[in-house]
Amino acid sequence: MTAVTGTNWTAYDAATMTAREIYGRTLAQMGKTNEKIVGVTADLSKTTAIVHFEKAFPDRFFNVGIAEQNMMGIAAGLAKAGLIPFASTMAVFASMRAGEQVRTDIAYQNLPVKIIATHAGISFGHAGTTHHCTEDIAIMKSMANMTVICPADGIETSKAVRACIDVPGPVYIRIGRGFEPPVYESEGYNYKIGKAITMHEGTDFTIIACGIAVLQSIQAAKTLKEQDGLSVRVVNMHTIKPIDEEAILDAVKDTRRILTVEEHNIIGGLGDSVASVIAGSGKGCIFKKHGLYDEYATIGYAEDLYSHYGLDANGIIGQVRSMMGMEFEADENWEDE
Amino acid sequence: MPITQEERQMLEKTACELRLKIVDVMEWSGGSHIGGSLSCADILTILYFKYLNVDPKNPCWEDRDRFILSKGHAAAGFIPVLAKKGYFAEDELRTFNHFGSPFAMHPDSNKVVGCDVSSGSLGHGLSIAAGLGLGARYLKKPYKTVCLLGDGECCEGSVWEAAMSISHFKLTNVITVVDRNRLMIDGKTEDVMSLEPFSEKWKAFGFDVVEINGHDYLQLTEAFDRAWSATERPVMILANTIKGKGVDFMENNVVYHYASADSEVCKKAKESILRTMGGM
Ligand SMILES: Cc1ncc(C[n+]2csc(CCOP(=O)(O)OP(=O)(O)O)c2C)c(N)n1
Repeated sequence: MTAVTGTNWTAYDAATMTAREIYGRTLAQMGKTNEKIVGVTADLSKTTAIVHFEKAFPDRFFNVGIAEQNMMGIAAGLAKAGLIPFASTMAVFASMRAGEQVRTDIAYQNLPVKIIATHAGISFGHAGTTHHCTEDIAIMKSMANMTVICPADGIETSKAVRACIDVPGPVYIRIGRGFEPPVYESEGYNYKIGKAITMHEGTDFTIIACGIAVLQSIQAAKTLKEQDGLSVRVVNMHTIKPIDEEAILDAVKDTRRILTVEEHNIIGGLGDSVASVIAGSGKGCIFKKHGLYDEYATIGYAEDLYSHYGLDANGIIGQVRSMMGMEFEADENWEDE
Repeated sequence: MPITQEERQMLEKTACELRLKIVDVMEWSGGSHIGGSLSCADILTILYFKYLNVDPKNPCWEDRDRFILSKGHAAAGFIPVLAKKGYFAEDELRTFNHFGSPFAMHPDSNKVVGCDVSSGSLGHGLSIAAGLGLGARYLKKPYKTVCLLGDGECCEGSVWEAAMSISHFKLTNVITVVDRNRLMIDGKTEDVMSLEPFSEKWKAFGFDVVEINGHDYLQLTEAFDRAWSATERPVMILANTIKGKGVDFMENNVVYHYASADSEVCKKAKESILRTMGGM
């Protein structure tokens, strides 16, 4: 059992803690060695778990009340003053309510504001559409200077939160609400922003996933191996911008069938980023984007919604099987065949 | 219209039943914004059972009064009122929050019959109310639009943009109500982000501010009568309330902003409501 580096909780805790809990504790830990870190929230200190930082460093934490635009503007000002602000609210408010402040005050001025947004995707399903957020990847990645990260679980959230300090500009880290099971057993792996991680080796097919879809894709790959004898690669594309082109091109070359899976609208998300790399490669590839099909999700608890929208292992298996049945057009210039 | 003794008793009884239903919904849904639902229960009751000119049999009737729950997280208080009013069966509330239900933590006008505007992202409702007010005036429609906000919600700058417009356009057909329970999520409003002098701020924005006890039906009646007959300045009703009102262990307790509860806790909550309000 491995402890999460430099902290006082164990991997067991990481398995039972939500990603936001781990985020809050990680940040509180980082505050001890980096006095430039400051925190801001908009009446969601407890909810986003930045409260751990607030408790440890009350003099460099600012709760602005329910005022997300003001919060992002204040974060920009703190950054202008030479500090490294971590701003936390729910994804829907970070990306849309305060969208222009993020774009003009933070991204355009290339300020080191780290936006840690919780309750992303449909993780807060029973709260209804006002609190769902299946647009934030699209919005954030279209802002120049912005780095966009979607960690697979709590341990990876901790890794991303630590790593984002070294990115000179703004970073958007999107996490869920949840109690999703962990993907990683320990922190003992190499994490680098912008570098995808192969979670399961495979040569017939590649699933490129982010966030909660990573674990489900791994499970799908295992089942497909057992039941269909298929060798499915699973790539954890935790950084959506800048995207790891090499990992995508390898998948095109090695497997020629790629499915992307994300808890986001298929328009503008991970899938589109992968698609443009494939299109630019000039190589033929059977490709599909899986996620929310340009619709608002219905009401329900997250687990029910994940299975309804096919974002669980079963849904992913179905997608892979249907893509295995598709034929290529003959391509004489395909040098690897 | 002044309130009679009989009418007052009827409303208090309805509000008591509503509070019991709010507790049921907390249990059925797996958790709800119970504190802020209980604090506005009397406001919702008097609106739906005395003031709003609406017809549950004809929910889209063009001339109906409109109601916007800008503090959308109080859906657990609002949706049971709609059921009580007859828009749908009370039994349907059992589906609250569950897969495919029309009812979630925040009200959705695409799904909930009788709900005029979807809400849940704080600070949107009053602008929509201003738009309805302008539209009604242009179309020569007689209806009023009532918008209920949370006090914490008034931290949002957009609330004040809307307030400025309502005052500028002299929208006396829009009635603003703030549920002043003095708590938000992270603590007391005055500790997190002070709102005071709150009444003076609304006055400075051009409103006729009527400050009342939001659980007192005589005062609620006076305030809504004044609002309904306003012709000069738009009325803002500053309703001082108690978060968690009616359940002794929830009153003024920030922990009950959002909570889930097992049947044992719900039973205790209902007993408390019946003890304090069931006597009438
Ligand atoms: C724009 C926005 N930011 C944050 C939230 C999360 N949130 C839900 S309720 C709440 C506190 C509301 O406080 P208040 O308006 O005083 O309501 P009440 O105390 O009456 O429940 C917050 C911050 C939200 N729903 N919308």
